[in-house]
This record gives sequence, structure tokens and C-alpha cells, in this order.
Amino acid sequence: MALTYEEVVAKYEPSLGLEVHVELNTQTKMFCGCATEFGAAPNTQTCPVCLGMPGALPVVNEKAIESTIRIGLALNCAITPKSRFARKNYFYPDMPKNFQISQYDEPICTNGYLDVEVETDEGIKTFRIEIERVHMEEDTGKSLHVGGATGRIHGAEYSLLDYNRAGIPLVEIVTKVVSGTGKYAPEVAKAYVKELRDILRSLGVSDVKMEQGSLRCDANVSLAPTGSGKLGTRSETKNVNSLRSVERAVRGEMIRHAGLLDKGERVIQETRHFQEDTGATRSGRSKEQAEDYRYFPEPDLTPVAPDAEWIERLRSDLPEKPSVRRARLQDQWQVPDKEMAAMVNAGAVDLVEETVALGADPTKARGWWLGEISRLANEAEIELNAVGISPKQVARIVELISVGELTDKLARQVVASVIAGEGDPDSVIATKGIKVVSDESSLIAAIEKAIAAQPDIAEKVRSGHLPAAGALIGAVMKETKGQADAARVRELLLGLLS
Amino acid sequence: MPRISRDEVARIAALARITLRDEELSGLAGQIDGILDAVAVVQEAAGADVPAMSHPLEITNVTRPDVIVPSLTPEASLSGAPASEESRFRVPQILGEEA
Repeated sequence: MALTYEEVVAKYEPSLGLEVHVELNTQTKMFCGCATEFGAAPNTQTCPVCLGMPGALPVVNEKAIESTIRIGLALNCAITPKSRFARKNYFYPDMPKNFQISQYDEPICTNGYLDVEVETDEGIKTFRIEIERVHMEEDTGKSLHVGGATGRIHGAEYSLLDYNRAGIPLVEIVTKVVSGTGKYAPEVAKAYVKELRDILRSLGVSDVKMEQGSLRCDANVSLAPTGSGKLGTRSETKNVNSLRSVERAVRGEMIRHAGLLDKGERVIQETRHFQEDTGATRSGRSKEQAEDYRYFPEPDLTPVAPDAEWIERLRSDLPEKPSVRRARLQDQWQVPDKEMAAMVNAGAVDLVEETVALGADPTKARGWWLGEISRLANEAEIELNAVGISPKQVARIVELISVGELTDKLARQVVASVIAGEGDPDSVIATKGIKVVSDESSLIAAIEKAIAAQPDIAEKVRSGHLPAAGALIGAVMKETKGQADAARVRELLLGLLS
Repeated sequence: MPRISRDEVARIAALARITLRDEELSGLAGQIDGILDAVAVVQEAAGADVPAMSHPLEITNVTRPDVIVPSLTPEASLSGAPASEESRFRVPQILGEEA
């Protein structure tokens, strides 16, 4: 019998380690001038350097160094006065030169931290995630496995390589062991990746699109018996491609580890792959023999030694921190803590801010993003910003409600249609003939019909029992197919029955 | 005492996916030892006061601006490849030994 999550966290204490890879959005690759555009035709963005041709010499992209230092500074890291690149040697065709240029014992940024907020049973709590290192490396090429039943690497007959991605600047951000999270480990992991993503976005150094792979997370999870003070054997889950998946992967691995430990079995230190459809992980390479990367300093590149003046200039140019910005917006919009946390959790802050910037009332904008639109996003299991409605469209809907051209009920129909891809609010309204029935004579006709159909209820209202009016208003709304403004109907109804 | 054991050569060969015969394993262990002996001589020459360096010149921060330079055409990129398909490099199955 598998343990429930509650049983797992009662018996075991989780420890996490998170490695985030982020592709920088530089125009060119890390060590050559090839373009980095996403989705280009195969092998159109390659040259002798990124193809590892003999004699080709890499030269570092200055912008990539600058972006990495800015990431380090935003994460409160120390910047290493002189750091070097190293060759990580391995025999695998995703890199054409049989090694990846990375940083090993001299990363450019070390010892930082990032505070993240998670809603707990005792209210919102801050967890400090310590950063071990931030280092520069290059991304690998893309493999397409051909043959075999599943298109997966196992059973493939051969593989096809596209090296457009090989050499794109990649920054790896590694945490120290994160402990003391208890049952909130999955939420802390998600909050960390989310906060990191927000920081990277505010710095403008990456597209941070998890679904396109420009932000990727590997989650190390281990369990130890509660109170033992030990660290268990960890598994590393790769291929975690959404914030929701980070949370699911950590929770799933905690349950899997606990199941093994409870049966007296051992957790194998291995790489596992997250399965988006089932939420489970699958064992990756089953090699007992550990990889040996034989790191050594890259002789083709010179050390990176950023001078203090440059670092201080970059530090002074850092944008407002997302956490500071959130506090500012919360104050501006007069939002209670819990509501603000809900907005952050739903990834709605940017969306609400943009909607408000387009003229919408903050409370109304928030109501739509956190209400109906969140509900539809959850139903479709997608992120709020990918649901298919823009701040501009929401702002327009809010505007149409405020001038009385839509009721809340009709607006929900419009939102659903926009999300379904039927066009902008105005064209949806025109196409579907959605409009508030404001023609008083037809409203009065509908009200009179409702009164005639339910004379006893009308009598109650007449004698002063106002709550009874609801039944009549409901009948009118039904008659007008929801296109009437309920408040106006009530006014007219009470006028007729007074 | 050899610096590199026969087992270590076998392990490195496996990581590199190179199949070696028994007699080649023994022979290579000796040859790699010879190379390491030669490097050891250089190591003796460098005293503790000489810092390790990864580049022959004492220079730092050789960088390039983030400006796009034309790439090769896919045809040129693939021209030296033993096999290609759909504008991609075609390579033998990966991890075949684990399939």
C-alpha cells in the first residue's frame, strides 16, 4: 500500500536541492556569433566553433557574462574576482566536441540566497533558500531518436542531431541543501522556481519559458526519518517543465522514497525523468557506474575577471526586486495579504498590473483574473498567462461592464469565448449578439409576465417581503436569457409592485 | 607501481564506448603510464611558487560583443558528416548497450 502524503511527512523529513538551468536571451551563442533564435530550421545556426571543428577557437560573449553577473547580484551572491571555464568531458552526441564548456571549481557567482513566501497553516511564512553557485556554460544540441516503438532514446535505431541549440548561453543556478521545509517542501520548491523566474524576467536576461525549455528545473529530493538529523539518499528528477510539475515531482518523489524506505528497501541515487502525463518519474540511465567528467580548465579561453567598477555599475542598475514591487503594488491596490498571496500564487500579478495600466479598476481586474479566468485555466490545467486572454481584452471587458454594456453573467460568456479563440471581446459580442437588454418596455413586459405567472410571490413582495423578489427576478433573467441587468430588473420590479 | 591500472583503462574505454581487447587493455595501461611519467617531469620543474595556469598568456577578459555573425549553411555544416538526414547529423543509436 502506498503511503498517503500526510503519512509520509509524519514519518520523514524531506531535503531538497534545486538546479535551475536558464538559457540567456543574448542575440548570439556563448562562444561564437551564431544566432540563438528559437525554432529555426535545423543546423542553420551553426559554425565551426559550435560544431567543434578542429582549430576553431571560442571567444566569450560579453553580454552573457554581464547577464550572469546581474543574476548573481540579484540573488545576493559574491562575484568571484577571477573565474575560469572548464571542460566537462563526456561521450554523447548532444555536444559535437565530446565536451561541454562549463565552470567547475571556479564559478562566477557564489553564496547567495533567495527568500520565498509560502502559505502555511500558520499564515504566510518566508523560507530562505541559500544559493551555492551560479555558473556559466553552454547548452547542448537537440537529439531526435528515430525507430523503436516510442520514439524514446531506449530502443531507438539511430539519432538525428540539430546543433542550433548547442552553444546557447546557459546559466546554472544551484541551491544548497534546503531543509526544514517539512510538509511544505513541494510548495517551497515551486515558490523558489517561480520567484527565480520572476527575478530573471525582471532582469530581462531570459525568456524564462519553461514550456520552450529556456528555464528548466532538476529537483533533488531525499528523505530521512524525522528527528534523525541525517540526510537520505537523493534522486534527481529531470525534465520538469512547468511550475506545477515542480510541485508534483517533489511530492511524487517524496511518496516514492517513503514507500521504498518503509519496505526496508534503499533509494538508489539516480537520475529520473518526470512524466508530465502521469506526474510520476521514470528511472533514467540505469548505469551503476558513475559518470566521470574529467573536468579540466579550458585552455582555449582566458579567465573572466570582472573589475569592481563594472560590478558596482551592474549592481546599481538592477531593477526593482519582484518582492519589493509586489509590496508596492499591494499598497497601491489596497489588497489584503491573503488576496495578494493568491494573486502571486496564481501568477496573476503581472497580468493584473497590465490590466490596471490599461485603465481597469484594480479590484475588478483582480476579480476577473483570480475568479473566472483562473477557474478556466485550472480546468484546462494551464498557466494563467497562457490561457488565451490578454490584459487588454480583460480591461475591455471590465470597461464594457462599467458602462453597462455587459452584465457580470454576460461577461463570463465573453471571457469563455475569447479564451476559446473566438476573437476580441467586441467581435465576440457582435458575432454572438450578446447585449444587455436595456429596452425598458421589453423588460417591463417580461416582469409583468413573471408577476402574472407567480401571483402569490408578487403578493408577498407587495406586502413588504422583499427577499421573495429574487424568484421573480430569476424568472425575468431566464426570460431575457440572462441579457438583462439584474439590478435594473429589481428596480423596475419593485417599482411595479409598490 | 603503475599509475593507471588495467581496470581503470577498461572503465575509461567503457565511458568512451570504445571496445578494447584484453591485450590492448594491458598495452594501453603501460603507454598511458609513459605519458603520465613525462608529465610528472614537468610537474617537478614547476615549484610551489608557480601558480597553476590554464592559458599560456597572463591575460583575462578576452570577449566579443553580442553581435550576430553569419552561420554556415546547413549544407556546409553537414558536408563533413558521415551521414545526415533531414538537415540533421545522423549518428548511431545512443546508449544502445542499455536498450
